[in-house]
Amino acid sequence: MKAYKIIVLAKQVPDTRNVGKDAMKADGTVNRAVLPAIFNPEDLNALEQALRIKDQFPGTTVKLLTMGPGRAAEIIREGLFRGADGGVLLTDRAFAGSDTLATSYALGQALKKMGKIDLIIAGRQAIDGDTAQVGPQVAEKLGWLQVTYVEEVIELKNDTIVLKRRLDRGVETVKCKLPLVMTVNGTAPECRVRNAKLLMKYKRAKTVTELQKENEDYTSLYNDRPDLNIPEWTVNDIEYDASQLGLTGSPTKVKSIENVVLQAKDSKVISGADAEIENMMIDLIKSHTIG
Amino acid sequence: MNNVFVYCEIEDGHVAEVSLELLTKGRALANQLKCDLEAIAVGHKLEGVAKQVIPYGVDTLYLADDKRLYPYQTLPHNSIVVNLFKEEQPQIALMGASSIGRDLGPRVSSALHSGLTADCTSLEIGDHLDKKADKNYKNLLYQIRPAFGGNIIATIINPDCRPQMATVREGVMKKEILDPKYKGKVVNLDVSKYVSDSDFVVEIIERHMEKSKLNIKGSPIIVAGGYGVGSKENFKLLYDLAEVLGGEVGASRAAIDAGYVEHERQIGQTGLTVRPKLYIACGISGQIQHRAGMEQSAQIIAINTDPEAPINSIADYVITGDIADIIPKMIKYYKKNTK
Repeated sequence: MKAYKIIVLAKQVPDTRNVGKDAMKADGTVNRAVLPAIFNPEDLNALEQALRIKDQFPGTTVKLLTMGPGRAAEIIREGLFRGADGGVLLTDRAFAGSDTLATSYALGQALKKMGKIDLIIAGRQAIDGDTAQVGPQVAEKLGWLQVTYVEEVIELKNDTIVLKRRLDRGVETVKCKLPLVMTVNGTAPECRVRNAKLLMKYKRAKTVTELQKENEDYTSLYNDRPDLNIPEWTVNDIEYDASQLGLTGSPTKVKSIENVVLQAKDSKVISGADAEIENMMIDLIKSHTIG
Repeated sequence: MNNVFVYCEIEDGHVAEVSLELLTKGRALANQLKCDLEAIAVGHKLEGVAKQVIPYGVDTLYLADDKRLYPYQTLPHNSIVVNLFKEEQPQIALMGASSIGRDLGPRVSSALHSGLTADCTSLEIGDHLDKKADKNYKNLLYQIRPAFGGNIIATIINPDCRPQMATVREGVMKKEILDPKYKGKVVNLDVSKYVSDSDFVVEIIERHMEKSKLNIKGSPIIVAGGYGVGSKENFKLLYDLAEVLGGEVGASRAAIDAGYVEHERQIGQTGLTVRPKLYIACGISGQIQHRAGMEQSAQIIAINTDPEAPINSIADYVITGDIADIIPKMIKYYKKNTK
């Protein structure tokens, strides 16, 4: 039986679903420090799809690739706790200010350094941008086929895969050959939880930067256990064209950002008292809004 | 050259609503820029497309007609659009933020190294002064969308790369026929020059498209619930009210994420955009993404336990209270006064 090499693209995102009142600073900029950083939800659906293939085809390896600041190493650790075999953190100031296209370029260049890959799986979109662009753009950068909105891998046999896609108004089943980039919908099965044994095994998996910060003497342990070393790649670990990186490589620019200020309507404030509700309903009926 | 382009989605020979809406917007942008509006349709049996789109003010319609081009597949459609754009050099390209547009748009933008902004809620033409480079850009496309949990509205521009690309959800723009007798020309593309056989690598085994059973967009009355409704069971109150008033039930993303209702009912930036006569928002706080999908409703009633909920500021009636108490009263007094 064939074993596959799978890379999961994952992003650490601020939890925009739980934005509190202090999420914005007085000057109108986002206060990232108070927002919890989480594993992008649909990337977890993507990880689950990869792990299912690994369950089915022994010898398959699942690695994560994430781009972000140093603390995004948490994404790789989380993946290890759930059954992944490793991962790479792509981190450099040179990537700062990347839009989706510059992000895809950097990820594409990193993927080219990761050896032969059979399948790249990503979440459909990240909750901080909701663009759904990086998956297809990475596919284009690699010159690979993309299959978006995947809900289920129906069959995988040698290099042929059958996938069920969830579309706006229906479903589609497609058959195609590897390699390809697939993006996974939130409607796909949820990711398995952390495995207690893996948690024990990998809790000390760290990047060099993290170890230095903690002043840990890592040489002996990490010599014995190379799997605990989370590789950090900078721009110098990939081949690159500087004009395609970061802010410079981003065709889209943010011209302006406006804090949302609500223009208050002249609203009627009413209590839940019977008479007031009745009057409202009579008004609406009279104005032919209802009835 | 240098025109405004709209990619028209085709389903069973019909041009998608969202594409017609974009043609209307595209016409307005082209007028402002004093250029042409062009459209491309890729598929099979496209004879009826010209009649459907030219009245929206399309000056040139490109058709790529081949049996293999329907239903939509990423690579062949991408090749046609990319190669046509290389020839025609549009300044603006618009696509629906649909299953197709969100699959195709990023691929095209990556191939052309042009910027793409997803799910825009407004498109305008404006200038931009780049102070650092001391360069003044005229007539750029402002791609406006809420961002970051809806706390900000961002205006995105693509100063240097063309085309300036944007996707827009169905219902965000209004469609309007410009002139039923509008004169536009049709160009039939030689498909073999734009795609190669190697683009046809996906076999579509099965395809099952449903006509949406729900007609939330077309409903004059919408009763929508948010996270504040509290549970799937509590949503029953909303269904009751909608049934009595002859409306449909909608929901905010938070309610859908919580599993209270199916995602087809989502209203907001990443769901449906609606303009009913009456919108009753129950337990919805009113983040900008949600408001983007409903703030053009003629009348809004907000029912919330939080008197400070942002939705209140756009509501015509603000009711502070518990839906379990308020909704039964609304039903009761509606029935009493319509007998």
